[in-house]
Amino acid sequence: MFTPRMKLADIIAANHNVILLLPRFGIPLGFGEKSVREVCASSGVPEDFMLLICNLYTFEDYLPLIDELSEIDMSPLVPYLKASHRYYTEERLPHIGAHIDNIAGRIDNRYGKVFQQFYADFRNQIEEHFSSEERYEFARVLALQQGASRRGLMKGTSKRSHPDLVDKLNDLTQIVYKYLPGNVLPEETMELVFDILQLSSDIQKHALIEDKILQPYMQWLERRGK
Amino acid sequence: MSSLISVLVVEPSDIIAEGLRSLLSQAGGYNVLAPMHDTSMLQERLPVLRPDLLIINPTLLSSTPRSQMASIESQRPSMTIVALVYQYIESSVLDLFRFRLDIRCCRSAMLSLLKDAVQSMQVKTDKEYVADDYELSERETDVLVLVAKGLSSKEIADKLNISIHTVNSHRKNITHKTGIKSVAGLAVYAMIHNLME
Repeated sequence: MFTPRMKLADIIAANHNVILLLPRFGIPLGFGEKSVREVCASSGVPEDFMLLICNLYTFEDYLPLIDELSEIDMSPLVPYLKASHRYYTEERLPHIGAHIDNIAGRIDNRYGKVFQQFYADFRNQIEEHFSSEERYEFARVLALQQGASRRGLMKGTSKRSHPDLVDKLNDLTQIVYKYLPGNVLPEETMELVFDILQLSSDIQKHALIEDKILQPYMQWLERRGK
Repeated sequence: MSSLISVLVVEPSDIIAEGLRSLLSQAGGYNVLAPMHDTSMLQERLPVLRPDLLIINPTLLSSTPRSQMASIESQRPSMTIVALVYQYIESSVLDLFRFRLDIRCCRSAMLSLLKDAVQSMQVKTDKEYVADDYELSERETDVLVLVAKGLSSKEIADKLNISIHTVNSHRKNITHKTGIKSVAGLAVYAMIHNLME
């Protein structure tokens, strides 16, 4: 497991996906040989929270229980999750969409259209899912963190489950590399597959954080605030 | 598959490996490969030696036995792995093995255990054969088209005059064969394969 005294550069060498998390914490590159503790201090990020996320992204069987979570400064949780949503909706999904439009424009028009439609539906679903999470769960956690009592808080849960969205991403990958004609734009198709796989593994970790960290933490806040 | 069961023994002691070899050759039906003394070359050699049965002394596994076992298994999924036991082995390690050959048992008990292991292997290869058969059957194609058109399992059952149970089992096979789970994804699949009129 990663610890505060480790160099941030060493953590990234161990798991390069951590580099994608830095912008979500507002940590810029160029941190040289600094340790996690030093980098976090200069960016104003609680180090225990940063390490929680890095460890979750790296170690398959790491999943802290609520006793451990309640010791961690969880104030950046909602901002972090929102930053992830923005990264997906404003950067990754449009980028993948541009690849899909390009490829769809070069194959038989009928397939191209259904393929684009499939992606457009998926994108709508996931964006709707994100915004309903922000409206319900995220708003609730923020209010509870600021000391609101559970009574008077809006009840409600977000639509569409995470497994459903991950299945769709998986279907998209399968369609792209197994069933689309392989001779049209082979390099771009390959890039598209890697983009989707990367997004899919990122979103699986993101969903894990929402299901196994955010949810139990929210319930803990509710019990505490009673 | 040839009728002889090919066996690889991984065991540090020559005496025990030799004892096992003579037991198996007397029983007949086994082709015993040259034994290995440790696991250092095991993974590299498996694709070449292609054993059906791997009999391994669990004390030879690394400090992370679970992941080592998983990678051995994934290297050659059709092979059955048997633990070779004659000394104390931690139960967490022993639990990784479905078959444990204790050489302190009598000959007939050892041979019957190996027979069970061989049988489980045949079940495994039968299953793999089905998994490789990825072409959709005519009935599955009918179901796929109706799924892609947005019909529910109940509606499909009524339309094709089959039970909802059968529809669901077709749907499971379709997903298994195409790798696609969602209705929307199946619709794209049906379109690309010109199954929709």
